[in-house]
Amino acid sequence: MRTLILLLSFFTVTATAGESQTLLKDRPGRSQVMAQCAMCHSLDYITQNDTILDRAGWEKTVGKMINVMGASINNADKQTIIDYLAQNYGK
Amino acid sequence: MVDRRHFIKKAAGSLAALGGLSLLQRSGLAVATGAEQSTIMDVLPGKEALIKKTYRPPNYETPVNYFDSPFTPNNRFFVRYHNAVIPDVKISEWRLRIGGDAIRTPLELTLEQLRKDFKPVEIAALCLCSGNRRGLFQPHVPGIQWGSGAMGNALWRGVRLKDVLAGAGIGKSALEVSLDGADSGVHKTTPDFVKSLPLAKALDENTLIAFEMNGEPLPHWNGFPARLIIPGWTATYWMKHLTAVNVISKPFDGFWMKTAYRIPKDRFPNGQFGSQETGTTMPITEMVVNSLITNLMDGQTLAVAKPMEIKGIAWDGGNGIAQVDVSTDGGNSWHQATLRQDYGRFSWRQWQYVLEPKRPGAYRIMARATSHSGASQPLEPIPNPSGYHHNAVQKITIQLA
Repeated sequence: MRTLILLLSFFTVTATAGESQTLLKDRPGRSQVMAQCAMCHSLDYITQNDTILDRAGWEKTVGKMINVMGASINNADKQTIIDYLAQNYGK
Repeated sequence: MVDRRHFIKKAAGSLAALGGLSLLQRSGLAVATGAEQSTIMDVLPGKEALIKKTYRPPNYETPVNYFDSPFTPNNRFFVRYHNAVIPDVKISEWRLRIGGDAIRTPLELTLEQLRKDFKPVEIAALCLCSGNRRGLFQPHVPGIQWGSGAMGNALWRGVRLKDVLAGAGIGKSALEVSLDGADSGVHKTTPDFVKSLPLAKALDENTLIAFEMNGEPLPHWNGFPARLIIPGWTATYWMKHLTAVNVISKPFDGFWMKTAYRIPKDRFPNGQFGSQETGTTMPITEMVVNSLITNLMDGQTLAVAKPMEIKGIAWDGGNGIAQVDVSTDGGNSWHQATLRQDYGRFSWRQWQYVLEPKRPGAYRIMARATSHSGASQPLEPIPNPSGYHHNAVQKITIQLA
């Protein structure tokens, strides 16, 4: 039951979103970012924080997503994601 | 009836043309570049166009011009979620569970029982996101880059939480009351959004389980079928889609209490949650005194010939607004504004001031509210790591030609 509710609701929220309009910069690492981050949230969470976080800030944020928010991202992807965010959306 | 599953209502071209940017600039303060670019007008099912901050979880703010009235229309009321799984709650399946280790007799209530078995209460109260205006902090603070629209004033109708808890019996060991809603994260490992209140606040006569907003059932995106109302406190405690209320004997230690929504103790007054304080931080609780100009845009040009009405709103955490002062010369001189109808100490208060301009040129307009406790707004926001409590005096410039 929980799974069903979860699935339906996930699509509910996805369906209301024009979120496919949010385009991340097409640079190395984008596919990992899209695969991992977009599982739980739209990518405008990244773009709206453009130039606010430096590398250490993005490291902390990605670390929080894994350690606090429960994202299961392996170390290789984690590093790719941090590099991508720091290089393309860093301060 | 809107079918959320199959229906995507796009913002019309005319709305896109309006653009989020011009609406953000109303406040006269700059948000970060990224925040500007990812801000557009968008329509959630059942709502009218709002300023989209993030699609999923949905975070949408109200354009400031809708604050130029005593109550904010339900279909323009801001939307704020932490987690993306938001079920469509059916009244027939919905139950409110009252429990916890410090409750004598756990209860399960239907919406019908809540409505029929308890005395109805209606309160006008401002619902304000703790991070409202976060996007205006300099230097910028990470998080949802809210402008001035993550708030709304409404008439909430429901029943007192203390009446409902009385039926279940509160044990002597009761310390806090935790609150859970139907929404959750995509992963099972994501911390569920659960908050707690000090027992005294939960038992306050103004703390309600509300099922109506401005005379209508709560909109889906604002917590249908029932949400908590804690007048005077920021909206983080106003649990939407309320499903569980637990009276507990120990401080609740979930992420959303222990780590999130905290402020430095030495910079803000009114610590009101002793069981959750550490040596240096405390949970954000009461709103601070604040005001907003609602009828003028920064950079706007108006005719010099006419008397110019400056209108706005002011609020605080429940002392009520005593006075609003307006300056039209960048803070050199201040004039008392006229306060409009009083809807109670938890509602925002509308105000107005009429300027009779003598000459063309630039006018630097500022507004500053003072509460009945004597608290007033600072000229600059008080820095804090999460960007809460932005209540700096607003400054906008208009041109009279």
